[in-house]
Amino acid sequence: MLGLKRRNYVVLIAMVLIMSLLAVGCGGSQDQNAGQDAADSDVIKIGVFEPLTGVNAAGGQMTLEGIELAKEMYPEILGKKVEIVTVDNKSEKQEAANAVERLITQEKVNLIIGSYGSSLAMAGGPIAKREGTPVIGCSPTNPAVTLDNDFYFRVCFIDPFQGTVMSNYATETLGAKTAAIIQDVQQDYSVGLSNYFEKAFKATNGDAAIVAKLNYNTGDKDFSAQLTEVKSKNPDVIFAPGNFLECGILVAKARELGINVPILGGDTWEAEEFLNQVVDYQDIYFSTHFTAEEPVTEVSTTFLEAFAQKYPNKEVNAFAALGFDTYILAKDAIERANSADPQAIRDALAATSGFEGATGIITLDANGDATKTAVIKKVENGQFVYEAKVDPK
Amino acid sequence: MDKHAKLKFILTLLVVLVSFGALYIAQGTMNSFYIRVLNLAAIYAILALSLNLILGFTGMFSLGHAGFMCIGSYVAGILTMSPASKEIIYFMEPIHPLLANVQWPILPAILLGGIIAALFGFMIGFPALRLRDDYLAIATLGFAEIIRIVVTNVIPITNGALGLKNIPSVDSLLVYWGCAIVTLIVLMRIINSSWGYAFKAIRDNEIAAQAMGINIFKHKLLSFTIGAFFAGIAGALMAFLITSIDPTMYRFTFTFQILLIVVLGGMGSLSGSVIAAVIFSILMEVLRFVEQPMNLLGLEISGIPGMRMVIFSLGLLLIILFYRRGLMGTNEFNWNWVLNRLGIKTSHQGKRGEAN
Amino acid sequence: MSPDIFLQNVANSITLGSLYALIAIGYTMVYGIIRLINFAHADLLMVAAYIAFYGMLVFTLPWYISFAIAIVLTTLLGVTIERVAYRPLRSAPRISVLISAIGVSFLLQNLGIVALGARPKPFPRPDDLVWNIQLGNVSFLSLTILIPVVTIILLLMVTFMVKKTKMGIAMRAVSRDFETSSLMAVNVNKVIGATFAVGSALAAIGGIMWSMQYPQVDPLMGLFPGLKCFIAAVMGGIGSIPGAMIGGFILGICEVMLVAFMPELSGYRDAFAFVVLILILLFRPGGILGENVVEKV
Repeated sequence: MLGLKRRNYVVLIAMVLIMSLLAVGCGGSQDQNAGQDAADSDVIKIGVFEPLTGVNAAGGQMTLEGIELAKEMYPEILGKKVEIVTVDNKSEKQEAANAVERLITQEKVNLIIGSYGSSLAMAGGPIAKREGTPVIGCSPTNPAVTLDNDFYFRVCFIDPFQGTVMSNYATETLGAKTAAIIQDVQQDYSVGLSNYFEKAFKATNGDAAIVAKLNYNTGDKDFSAQLTEVKSKNPDVIFAPGNFLECGILVAKARELGINVPILGGDTWEAEEFLNQVVDYQDIYFSTHFTAEEPVTEVSTTFLEAFAQKYPNKEVNAFAALGFDTYILAKDAIERANSADPQAIRDALAATSGFEGATGIITLDANGDATKTAVIKKVENGQFVYEAKVDPK
Repeated sequence: MDKHAKLKFILTLLVVLVSFGALYIAQGTMNSFYIRVLNLAAIYAILALSLNLILGFTGMFSLGHAGFMCIGSYVAGILTMSPASKEIIYFMEPIHPLLANVQWPILPAILLGGIIAALFGFMIGFPALRLRDDYLAIATLGFAEIIRIVVTNVIPITNGALGLKNIPSVDSLLVYWGCAIVTLIVLMRIINSSWGYAFKAIRDNEIAAQAMGINIFKHKLLSFTIGAFFAGIAGALMAFLITSIDPTMYRFTFTFQILLIVVLGGMGSLSGSVIAAVIFSILMEVLRFVEQPMNLLGLEISGIPGMRMVIFSLGLLLIILFYRRGLMGTNEFNWNWVLNRLGIKTSHQGKRGEAN
Repeated sequence: MSPDIFLQNVANSITLGSLYALIAIGYTMVYGIIRLINFAHADLLMVAAYIAFYGMLVFTLPWYISFAIAIVLTTLLGVTIERVAYRPLRSAPRISVLISAIGVSFLLQNLGIVALGARPKPFPRPDDLVWNIQLGNVSFLSLTILIPVVTIILLLMVTFMVKKTKMGIAMRAVSRDFETSSLMAVNVNKVIGATFAVGSALAAIGGIMWSMQYPQVDPLMGLFPGLKCFIAAVMGGIGSIPGAMIGGFILGICEVMLVAFMPELSGYRDAFAFVVLILILLFRPGGILGENVVEKV
């Protein structure tokens, strides 16, 4: 093969190594004009990267419905036509990174929306930062998403806030003194929320207040063993944040096993798929962004009516509302910047304060995270019912 | 001795030089999207090459590649993250003090990623390689899943499900393709050494190979460990390409994708693996149009997400059913063939299937 | 652990174990005869569940008709898969057949995503079959009794078929020695087709039972039970029908009891199944009831 002697191989490999080393020094020079081209075009391109297939598909699809609805209502920004380019990231990180790179360099979008699933958002984030294109996240709640990234913003609140809100609700309103946690160890969202809930709950009720902390894995269907263990500890509440896929089955199973204490979760539960599983049960509470009964803003009402009209057979959900909000926030920022230049949009986004979205009044803090009101809902008579509002401190 | 050896060496050197020149120019002129796709292709190429060594050359059906890759990624990620980042990222449980202040340069981290993966390959191979065929497949798949589950659960080291972020970013084609070319050269060298002949003998007929005095177990373990090493390297590169990693990236379904590339390129052809890896990564992006809304003869068809994977899985089936040799079969690119075409007689008359 | 809780755990393990056992029997039948990990078996569970789902919800058929249609169609699909994707590779290296099996599985999942949508759907539980039973402090679904009963009936039927019918004897002959049996005028293709038919029907029943127990269907739902039940089949001794049942029960019981007695290890539950698998493969590759056959040249 290749007809080489051993020494020649050594030469060859040494050469390759030296050249690679040299290359590390001289990184690629980036095309600085990309943003300018985008700004001058007569359409405004908004890129969307969402998981439309794979494990996170449901969340991505719900979000997309909200974005498309908003686009239909506001098809023009600054008198220019808006074009949405949707790219599926397959719920895989390498695909998410490719997707963002593609949106920026190939499609030359002015701004990006996405993605459901914090780890997917984190795969795309550094690229957007490097290329200087702003991204608005709909529902990635992991604090690390916007960390060290001036170009990533989000319209949702983050895990620490959500976990703490649920802990306070459990203690103050439900009068809980003890709690059990059941978490999906494979899911950043689930362990993140559990972690903050645990900290807050221990701070108010003492270190022994968490009587059990049990794990399962994404994709599990059988939770009987974990729940039986929880049952034997007899806690006042159960906190079980996670995918609606697993949690729907988990919560239903808890009730079948005769566990009748309140079960608490996070915003991912706001989904038809979850409701369908727990429709016969009650005392199920979760924090979310949005409510139909007590519209937080006027925009909420507009959104609700429009959603009912466009998707008459679907339940309104928080992800659609967040998707809707990202689009109208993008529109607002572009109008405030009075330019479609990515850098100008970024600066306008960073200055967002008191913006009225369907999910509440949004003010973006220094990290680009939204500080806004959380809504607590419960399941009652087979429906999600508004329970309380919690304002940020 | 091949009288054209010197000519071939010069040609090879030339090709390497030209390809590096091309990569260098590409780095300066191509936009970052193409660079990213090509970098991903290089990683897939390394993965496919190393799986091909195990599967195509030694005939061991291993499905553990995602696990080795996971190890490489985590080793490289943890070693290269800045201490400041680690402090912020590990917010559930602080990072193990031994690892908190480590910050290595990129190349040694890649290498160590490979070495630790190889170590695991050795430890797993030791018991598992007594098994064969589907039993081996399911056992290696099991080991890979065990690795992933352990990584998910040892939070002070890996940060669990939250994964790692702020891993230094490398976007130079020369690093990724440099590693891919080194992998290719090393593996070519190996399969044409006495080890390589032993591997192929084991693949073709294990009992005959044993009768010829080949130490079956030793050679299987060797092949498996080398494969794991390069899978670890690829994992490390993946960490630098994406800059954030978490355990769910390394599910066994990922191994199936690599398997698809190996089958497409031809089990038993290194050049086939590289070509297939490039084709696969480019097609993944090119085929996106099938998921976009289309206007066919005035008929609006809304985009169907998932069509790409249908095409790929159908492709895998069709290849295995009707064209089992894949793109290259067990052939390799070789100079004799080229030289013969140019009218230069070589000592071996460029036999097909004979990598020379 | 109080007696109540212990009994509850026992009920849980019986439910899970019998589900594993039911699906493992299908695996072991196919493996026993053509020595192939039929990766597509797991996706047949999904297909059956979806057909039953659409039968009940979209076509509003009574559950028993939906289930019957699901079983028949899944059986046909299973036989077709064998005909199209495995039979042409009968003389090919085993690796090729395995890759083909992975390809079929991949294709079914992705077709499922495209045709049925990636979002999960709630599986309706027929009221005639599923209700809650409360015994003191222990509560469980009627399925906890129904599934083991179904499993045992199917086990007896399959055992009878394999031991007493002509086709069953042919199956055993083929699994013993492929070539000799074809020389003895056994129509090997027909026998393998029949095995796939029975295996797929079992997969269909397994899929329906699984979806009643965990009432949600999605295109990737087969992935997990598929892997677990294969492990169960290997544990019991692959190719051995009672072995598959024992393996299924042992795996189910171990998984539940691991969490019950060592809750801090609950995150490692899936790893546990693989550890057991690897130990069995290494120390008793024939499984609990299987024969330890030495590979022939």
